[in-house]
Amino acid sequence: MALMFLLAVYFLLPVYFLVVAATKPQGELATTNGLAFSHFNLFENLRILFTRSDGVFGRWAVNTVIYAVLGAAVGTLISALCGYALAKFRFRGREFLFSVVLGGVLVPTTALALPLFLLFSATGIVNTYLAVFLPSIVSPFGVYLARIFANAAVPQELIESARLDGAGEFRTFFSVSSRLMTPALVTIFLFQFVAIWNNFFLPMVMLQKESLFPITLGLYEWNGQTARAPLLQESVITGSLVSIVPVIIVFILLQRFWRTGLAAGSLK
Amino acid sequence: MTHIAPRAVTSGGRRRPGGGGPRAGTVIAFLTPFFLPFVLFYLVPVGYALWQSFRVVRRTGGQYGTSYTTFGGFDQYTQVFQNSEFWNSIGRIGLFGIVQVPVMLFVALVMALLLDTPLLKLKAFFRITAFMPYAVPGVIAAIMWSYLYSPQLSPVVDLFQRIGLHPDFLGPGAVLWSAANVSTWLWTGYNMLIMYSALQSIPQELYEAAKIDGATNWTIAWRIKVPIIAPSIVLTTVFSIIGTLQLYAEPAVLRQISSNISSTFTPNMLAYAVASGNNYQQAAAISVVIAVITFVLSFGFMRLTSKKAGL
Repeated sequence: MALMFLLAVYFLLPVYFLVVAATKPQGELATTNGLAFSHFNLFENLRILFTRSDGVFGRWAVNTVIYAVLGAAVGTLISALCGYALAKFRFRGREFLFSVVLGGVLVPTTALALPLFLLFSATGIVNTYLAVFLPSIVSPFGVYLARIFANAAVPQELIESARLDGAGEFRTFFSVSSRLMTPALVTIFLFQFVAIWNNFFLPMVMLQKESLFPITLGLYEWNGQTARAPLLQESVITGSLVSIVPVIIVFILLQRFWRTGLAAGSLK
Repeated sequence: MTHIAPRAVTSGGRRRPGGGGPRAGTVIAFLTPFFLPFVLFYLVPVGYALWQSFRVVRRTGGQYGTSYTTFGGFDQYTQVFQNSEFWNSIGRIGLFGIVQVPVMLFVALVMALLLDTPLLKLKAFFRITAFMPYAVPGVIAAIMWSYLYSPQLSPVVDLFQRIGLHPDFLGPGAVLWSAANVSTWLWTGYNMLIMYSALQSIPQELYEAAKIDGATNWTIAWRIKVPIIAPSIVLTTVFSIIGTLQLYAEPAVLRQISSNISSTFTPNMLAYAVASGNNYQQAAAISVVIAVITFVLSFGFMRLTSKKAGL
């Protein structure tokens, strides 16, 4: 019990520090105890954060939503279609395609970033939204999960009877199967959201224009400038808090979904 | 005529019962939205990196001649293996992995086993606090920790100073372990939950039988639970090996506040530094070598453990 509390303190410490530091005026960051609140300056810090450099932080937040939320949504849809087909349709080459996808799970995304950069610079996609968005929608792990979940959640008889009723395969998928797979789809969405949200190397390689950055890359750049511009420190801290708190809350609310996902991921 | 055919085939009792399935066109329509981007953004770049890694830039006639790229055999790979920066970066993450991965997985396993005992209270709280870092990107985790490491701001350094210690988290010997701590903080809870979900699927009767035979909680944990969840432990180890070899964001952030991290600290940082110097063929060769090492290590570990444990 004592050990678990000690570990809980360890996991909470950086986030607690961030909450405390985000409420302080810049001048008190170094002069007051880092773990104790002093002057409550959070709202002023937020105002500075969102107005700094013509409000570029708000722009980064919108970009993050485009890359991570929209990317994960599109990625979940295509993974679900593919995983469902691999689970429920019988056709030649099915096992082969599935092993190609499994091989894709092993390819590290950082190893893809540099060759992708070269290909994209040849086609002029580099330094646009598409350069980060398009590679992000591909999730071999999502297909793997979708296939497992489709096998477990959608009875073959149901598909057969929908076919007998004259429904096309897409109609069956969207009005019957996808409903049965909803908890699974949320799980796939969450995992892919985190994968895109965590992928720092790809946007760093692809993007030079500050207005296209996701929050992570933007804060990284600001953090690199704090040696010359110490006043940026407070905005890096407040910005970090603003970016992670909503995600942590969503995760706490949706915990039953990621727990089923982890269980399925470890089944192998 | 094709516009008539689909309905005739898919809508009726004409198909063999039980066998077959939708028409090829429908199957392709389900698969294409995934496989088209998968081929374009996964397979093509892998092929392109391989191709690039076998090319070299040569010049016609001296330093001012025009440059052209040509087939260079294994030249790029020879250069990678002769590069001491490359071996230094491999050595660094090797050391990192040999220490960080076992420590993290051991803590994760102990936490999972404790969470699995009926004695522990506040399970949901412990589970959530441990998993929470998973929602934090590596860059932001590293920024948070770098404030806790920095001598000017850190309350942790303050505490140490009060008891007469003067740790330098960013010193030449310590900075690798400061980076390792960020990885441990990020991934312990994730690994713990994979092991915990495996523990939860073990039928309770097994423990009761062992108790009748006189087994203590301790022996049940180490002799029954751990061997049963061995596949999950292997899985988390493989994920951790892959993660270690891909290390980039955490050391890149710590580099912003510590002069003890070079631009070639990890293999990925080296690849990026080489690519920034416009030597794309060399960078491609480094990326291929990293991917092959990743594959060999994770696959080799799976083979080794499955042979030993008969999984």
